[in-house]
Amino acid sequence: MVEANAVYVIVMREFKKFIRERSRLFSTIARPLLWLFLVGGGMSRLVPRGDSVSYMQFIFPGILGMTILFSSIFSSISIIWDKEFGFMKEILVAPVSRFSVVIGKAISGMILSTTQAAIVLVLFPFLGLKLGIFQIIQIIIFCAVLSFAIAAFGILLATFYESYESFSVIMNFIVMPMFFLSGAMYPVKLLPDILKIFAKINPLTYGIDALKNVIFPFETGNMSPDFPLLTDVSVIIVSAIIFVLIAGKFFERKG
Amino acid sequence: MQIIKVDNLVKRFGNITAVDDISFEVEEGTIFGFLGPNGAGKTTTISILCTLLAPTSGRAYLNGHDCNTQSPEVRKSIGIVFQDSSLDKDLTARENLLFHAYLYNVEKSERMKRVEDALKFVDLYERADDLVKKFSGGMKRRLEVARGLIHRPKVLFLDEPTLGLDPQSRTNLWEFIIELPRKHNVTIFMTTHYMEEAEVCDKIAIIDKGKIIASGTPRELKKIIGGDIIYLKTDDNNKAMEDIRKLLDVEVSEKDGEIYLSSLKGDVCIPKIIREIGERVLSVRMQRPTLNDVFLKLTGKEIRPETATAEDTIKEAVRSYRRRHGRG
Repeated sequence: MVEANAVYVIVMREFKKFIRERSRLFSTIARPLLWLFLVGGGMSRLVPRGDSVSYMQFIFPGILGMTILFSSIFSSISIIWDKEFGFMKEILVAPVSRFSVVIGKAISGMILSTTQAAIVLVLFPFLGLKLGIFQIIQIIIFCAVLSFAIAAFGILLATFYESYESFSVIMNFIVMPMFFLSGAMYPVKLLPDILKIFAKINPLTYGIDALKNVIFPFETGNMSPDFPLLTDVSVIIVSAIIFVLIAGKFFERKG
Repeated sequence: MQIIKVDNLVKRFGNITAVDDISFEVEEGTIFGFLGPNGAGKTTTISILCTLLAPTSGRAYLNGHDCNTQSPEVRKSIGIVFQDSSLDKDLTARENLLFHAYLYNVEKSERMKRVEDALKFVDLYERADDLVKKFSGGMKRRLEVARGLIHRPKVLFLDEPTLGLDPQSRTNLWEFIIELPRKHNVTIFMTTHYMEEAEVCDKIAIIDKGKIIASGTPRELKKIIGGDIIYLKTDDNNKAMEDIRKLLDVEVSEKDGEIYLSSLKGDVCIPKIIREIGERVLSVRMQRPTLNDVFLKLTGKEIRPETATAEDTIKEAVRSYRRRHGRG
């Protein structure tokens, strides 16, 4: 059971807090720009062009994915802050289902991340990419679904941690590996077999691959998408549902 | 009507028994006090009543609903002010209350009005749009009480409501709490380890090491002590003790250079003593029994306020340091 009022107010709270913390918006936009222009700009001198895309263009879907990854995880991890500072108790004693809380938090993550990804997306003409309105709409939709899935994954992580000391653990041992093994900076097909396994169980891989399918559908060779679009979309949707269900279940625990 | 009913409640954490087979009832519209030292099981009991913890065995009912199996119904009937603040400090006072109103599904037409009324009631209307992080400890606590009342609960839980407040804020908060049952038609269930605070309760249960060791009205509990205690200093204590024993046929003892005796009617007893041995008496004082004496008599130890272990103190210091520095 999901209570609309509860979901609404949880989303509004995150939104208000986000708007008040302008530095957070700035840093979540700055990180992808650094990677895109400093890492991408440097690497593109080293990496030969594919038949239709440059390295900078190749990593653009990955940079969108990165924006979503960091922003969604950060949004969900706020649950740990809420636990630490006591606010979570206010939510837990309220007559709303744990499921509503999870959905509310996941939607918050989705809206905030998709907005930030959309801001980064505006850069596409500077990279020499040509996108039609239909492609842009598709990108936004896939970004939204991916954000929701990653936010739900973040909530699941947050249910296991009680204090914010764990934040750096999550960042270094979960978030960064997820980013590097997602096909964002290099194609999954070029990874060694052992790393390929990790890439293939990483939901972010499929989100970024979906964006590759939309942004450069006709690319062949090394920089081409790794999976069919239908596979990408199905995997993200299914993982979003699974993460929400499991997170809801873990939230329900009583001591 | 019994708004809370607890039967043989037990809660164990591993091999520690935090709540050890307690039973009690709370009458609707009263102030019920749970009195005991830190670690006695007060907060654990509240957590079970508030549906946050499942009991190991036994049952607790609130407003007729089982606290373990009917969580949604119980949650609708209760408001809670936790020991540690559970406000969102990055939201304004008004936003915190509105959040609560939405969460408890207060009707749209009512929402704004209830929030405004609550802010006025706790005298924070002028500060409604300030961020909570700018509030003092007393203001935060008042705001939490206001928040707990927004959805018109049947029972308001106050877990150590005055902990960490300065004496003036404490007095203010109390004046305000004792008005609640009448003004808001709510039952108050509170825990405290301050004896003087427990005096205002209609009924008290004294809890120690997870067990209820006595319960009743403050007056009933004080009868356990056996009345007033009269202390006398005389020029010859031994002789005075002898004389008083003969005069009143009571037990008289000596401690720290004073002789003392207990009497159900101390105010009548003193003149009698003075008439008999008046010229030898150097000083007289009488003490009415306090709940502290009751606790002392029942457990052989005093409830010392703020009994924090060294470890707790360090933990709290680290926490508050982090909070001040807002580190993530």
